[in-house]
Amino acid sequence: MNQERPLHRSSVRELRDAVASGERSAEEVTRAHLDRIRETDGDWNAFIHVADDAALAAAQAVDQRRSAGEPARALEGVPVAIKDQIVTKGIPTTAGSRMLKGFVPPYDATVVERLRAAGAIIIGKTNQDEFAMGSSNENSAHGPCANPWDGTRVPGGSSGGSAAAVAGGQVPLALGTDTGGSIRQPASLCGVVGLKPTYGRVSRRGAIAFASSLDQIGPLGRTVEDVALGLEVLAGADSRDSTCSTEPVQDYSAQIEEGIAGLRVGLPEEYFGEGIEPGVLDSVREGVRRLEAEGAVVQPVRLPHTEYSIATYYLLATAEASSNLARYDGIRYGHRAEGEDLGLEELYAQTRAEGFGPEVRRRIMLGTFALSSGYYDAFYDKAQRVRTLIRDDFVAAFEQVDVLATPTSPVVAFPRGSRVDDPLQMYLMDIFTLSASLAGLPGISVPCGFSDGLPVGLQLLAAPLQESMLLRAARAHERQFADAGAWPGEGGP
Amino acid sequence: MSDWETVIGLEVHAQLSTATKIFSACPHGGAQGPNQNVDPVSLGLPGTLPVLNRDVVRGAVMMGLATGSTIASVCRFARKHYFYPDLPKGYQISQFDEPICEHGFVNIPLAGGGEKRIGITRIHMEDDAGKTVHDPQRGVSRVDYNRAGVPLIEIVSEPELSHPDEVVAYLKILHRIVRFLGISDGNMEVGNFRCDANISLRPVGSEVLGTRAELKNMNSFRNVHRALIHEVERQRRVLEGGGEVVQETRLWDDVAARTETMRSKEDAHDYRYFNDPDLLPIHLDEDWIRELKASLPELPAEREARYRDTLGLGAYDAGVLTGSPELADYYDAVIGVPGTDPKKAANWVSTELLGQLAREDKDIGESPVSPAQLARILALMEEGTISSKMAKEVFDRVFREGIEPDAVVAEVGGQITDSDQLLKIVREVIGENPSQADQYREGKTQVLGFFVGRVMAATRGKANPPLVNELLKKELDA
Repeated sequence: MNQERPLHRSSVRELRDAVASGERSAEEVTRAHLDRIRETDGDWNAFIHVADDAALAAAQAVDQRRSAGEPARALEGVPVAIKDQIVTKGIPTTAGSRMLKGFVPPYDATVVERLRAAGAIIIGKTNQDEFAMGSSNENSAHGPCANPWDGTRVPGGSSGGSAAAVAGGQVPLALGTDTGGSIRQPASLCGVVGLKPTYGRVSRRGAIAFASSLDQIGPLGRTVEDVALGLEVLAGADSRDSTCSTEPVQDYSAQIEEGIAGLRVGLPEEYFGEGIEPGVLDSVREGVRRLEAEGAVVQPVRLPHTEYSIATYYLLATAEASSNLARYDGIRYGHRAEGEDLGLEELYAQTRAEGFGPEVRRRIMLGTFALSSGYYDAFYDKAQRVRTLIRDDFVAAFEQVDVLATPTSPVVAFPRGSRVDDPLQMYLMDIFTLSASLAGLPGISVPCGFSDGLPVGLQLLAAPLQESMLLRAARAHERQFADAGAWPGEGGP
Repeated sequence: MSDWETVIGLEVHAQLSTATKIFSACPHGGAQGPNQNVDPVSLGLPGTLPVLNRDVVRGAVMMGLATGSTIASVCRFARKHYFYPDLPKGYQISQFDEPICEHGFVNIPLAGGGEKRIGITRIHMEDDAGKTVHDPQRGVSRVDYNRAGVPLIEIVSEPELSHPDEVVAYLKILHRIVRFLGISDGNMEVGNFRCDANISLRPVGSEVLGTRAELKNMNSFRNVHRALIHEVERQRRVLEGGGEVVQETRLWDDVAARTETMRSKEDAHDYRYFNDPDLLPIHLDEDWIRELKASLPELPAEREARYRDTLGLGAYDAGVLTGSPELADYYDAVIGVPGTDPKKAANWVSTELLGQLAREDKDIGESPVSPAQLARILALMEEGTISSKMAKEVFDRVFREGIEPDAVVAEVGGQITDSDQLLKIVREVIGENPSQADQYREGKTQVLGFFVGRVMAATRGKANPPLVNELLKKELDA
C-alpha cells in the first residue's frame, strides 16, 4: 500500500488487502474516512447522516475478528456509504424526504445485511433527490449536494450524494439506486464508475420502492475493479424478493482483465443525435476509440423506439410511484400533520402535502391520473405495450452486437438552480439511461474524458445478466484512459 | 302493483388458516393482544416486499376444485388502492382480471325440497386489512394490524340467489366446504368468514337487473338473513312508492335492526388496479393440481350422499351429521366399530349426543363420550345386555361421570333375561292384581301393558321386555 498517499485515496481492493494483511486496522481506515467526511461535507452535503459511532463499533468488531484469526472477508474493513433510499437497521433512513423524518428502520436491506456479513463498515447515509425522483439532487429535503469537481454545480441524481462521496474520497464505495438512470447519470457527472445491474440481479428488499418494476440497487466506485468487488457481494438470489434472479453470481473482479478482443460494440444511431453537448460527444467518441484499441469491433445499430422511452418511462414510473408512495399517510411512522380537529381525509391530505416535496407530489399526481378509471388503457396499458417494443429493440440489437456504447448524459454537470424551473428539461437528462431501465438491462457509466474541466461518462449496456462482459469492457476502457482515477481539484485536466 | 323478483349476489371472504400470513413469514392467529402478530411486511414498512405463501395457493386451488371451478394455468396479483388507516400499504394485494379460479358452482338445498345450482363467478386470493377500533368517548381511534396480511379467499357468486333463505343456504354450503377442506376455521363471529351482499329487485319477468345496493357488516347467518329481509322490504317500499333505488353501500346495524348508507356511488373508490410488480405471475403446475385433486378429502355433499344412499340414513340425519367435519368424523368413528348399525348410530349421535352437548353448550370436539364408548353402548343394547331405556341411563352416566359403559353395567347389573327369575316376579304381579287378570281373561287383552309396566317397575327397568311379554301371556292364558 502506498504510504505517501492519504488513506482516503485508497481503492476498495487496497483497503481490503491492507486490513486483511494487518497492515492497517479497520478502525484506522474508518477514522480516516470519517475525518475526510468531517473536513469536506460542510461544503458538499453528500451525507444526510454519518453513523460515526456505529461505524467505529463495527470497525472495532472487524479488528477483533482479525486478531482472533478469523479469515478475512470480501470487504473486510472497507467503509461503504449507503444511499438514504436503502433501509439500515438502527440508522435513520429518510429517502431524502421530510415524510420520513425520524424514521429508524427495524431491519436491514438485504444488500446491507450482505455488506455487513462481508466485513464492510456502514459509514452513513448519502444525500439524494427525494424518493429517488430527480436528476440533480436538488429535490432533497436535506438541501442540495455539491459536485466535488465544482461546488456550484450539481452532482446529478438521484444518487448524487453517493456519487459525490466517492468522487471526493469520502468513501471508496457507495450504494445507489437506479430507476431510470439514478446511478449512471450522477456517476457520469461526478467522474466515477456506476453500475446498474440487470433488473433482479440484486435484491430490492430494503430499497424504498419508487417504481418497483424498474428499481435496482448498484455500486459506485472509483475503479471498475472496485465496482466489480462490490457487485460480487451485493448480487445473488434472495428468497425475500420474488423478482430477484436465482442465476449464479460470477467472479466479476477476477474476470475483468480477460480483455475484449473481438467484442462487438454497437453505437445506437438514436443516441448520437441532436441535443448532446459537443464536448460530451467528443469524449464519448474518444472512449469508443479506446475500446477499439483494446480489440473491440465497432458497428452502428438501430434502436428505433428510443424516442418513446421518456414518455413511456414517465407514465410507468409515476404510476408505480403513486402506488408505492400511498403508504406514507402519517398513521404509522414518519411525518404527520398537526391539527386539533383534522378529519381523516384532511389528515391524509395535509400530511402528504407537507411531507412530500413538489416533484414527488407532481409524480404522484401524474401516476394517479395514468392509472385512473377511464385513462388506464390510453396511458398505463399503452405504455406497457411500448415498453415491450423498447425491450424488443434491444433483443434485436444484441443479436448483432455484445455491448452498446452511448453517452451516459447529454451534458456535463450543470450549475445548481439552472434547470429546476423546467421539469421537462430535467426529465431530458435521463434520455440515454431510461431505455435500458425499461428493458431491465445492466448498464455502467465510466469516466471517459472531460469537457470544460468537468467529467464525461461513457455508458455501456449489455444483455440481461451480462454484467461480467460489461465490466470487462469497462475495465478495458479504463486501461486505455490516461485520466482514469483523476481527483477533483488536483492534477486534473 | 307489480310483483318483484329479488336478485342477490354474494361476495364471501374466508380467512385461510395457514401457519403464516399471505406475504411473509409472520405467524397469524392466537395473538394475545393488539399488534402482536406483525412484522415489517405486514406493517407495510418502507422497503418491504411480498413473497407469496404457497399454502394460500393450495387453499384457493382446493376451494376451486371443491366447487368445480376452472383453475387458471397462470394467475396474477393486482394492487387495489384506497386510503384507510388499517390498510398499511395504501393498497390491498388482490387479484383483478386474472383470478386463480373461475366458473364454479355449488348446489344448495331448497326449502321445498330439491336443489338449486348457484354459479361461482370467481375465487381469488388477497390479503386482509387490520382493524380500526373507534373510541368516541376518548375521541381516538386505534389500529390493530394483527389481521393485516392474513390470507383471504374471496368467493364471488353469480347474481342467482333469489331469496334470503337461499342466501343462508348458500352460505352454509360454502361454510361447510371450507370447514371440510380444513382450509378455514370459518368463525363468523370474529370475521374469519364474512360476506357482502349485492341486492336488487326487478319486476317479475324482467331481464334487466335493477339498481343494486351493497350490504356489509353481517356477522352471523341470522344477521345475514335479517339484513336481507330488511333490505328487500326497504327496496320494495322505495320502488312501490315510485322511487328509485340508489346505488350505494349500506351497513347492517344489528342493534337497530336496519341498514343505513355507508358510502354513496359518488364516493365510490377508483381502485386503480394494476398488476403488482413485486410479485411474479403464478404458474400453476397441472401435476400439482392433479395431486391436490386426488388428495382432496371427501366433500360434505359426497359424504351426505354416502350417508343417505349407502348407509340408508334419512335426508335429515344425513344433513345433520355432515354439519361439520368434526361431527361427521365422530359419526364415522362410531360406525367404524364392527357390528354397529349405521341408522341406530345416526339416531343416537343426532338425538342423544347432540342434545346433551347442546344442553351443556359444548362442541362435538368436547364430547365426554368417545365414539368407541358410544359404539359400545350400542353393542350392549344390540346383544341384549341392556334395554334401550337402560342404554340412555348408561349414556348419561358415561357423559357425566366419564366412566366406561361396561363399568356402569357391572355396577347396576345387566338386563334380567333369566326366565325362572322373571317368572317368579310375573306370578307375583298377577297374584297382586286379580281384577286386572280377570279383565284380561275376559278378552280385554290390552291390560297386558299394565302388567308389563308393573314387572318393569318391580325390576327397575332391567327386565327384558320381549321375555316379560312372553311370560305374562303364557301365565295369563294358562
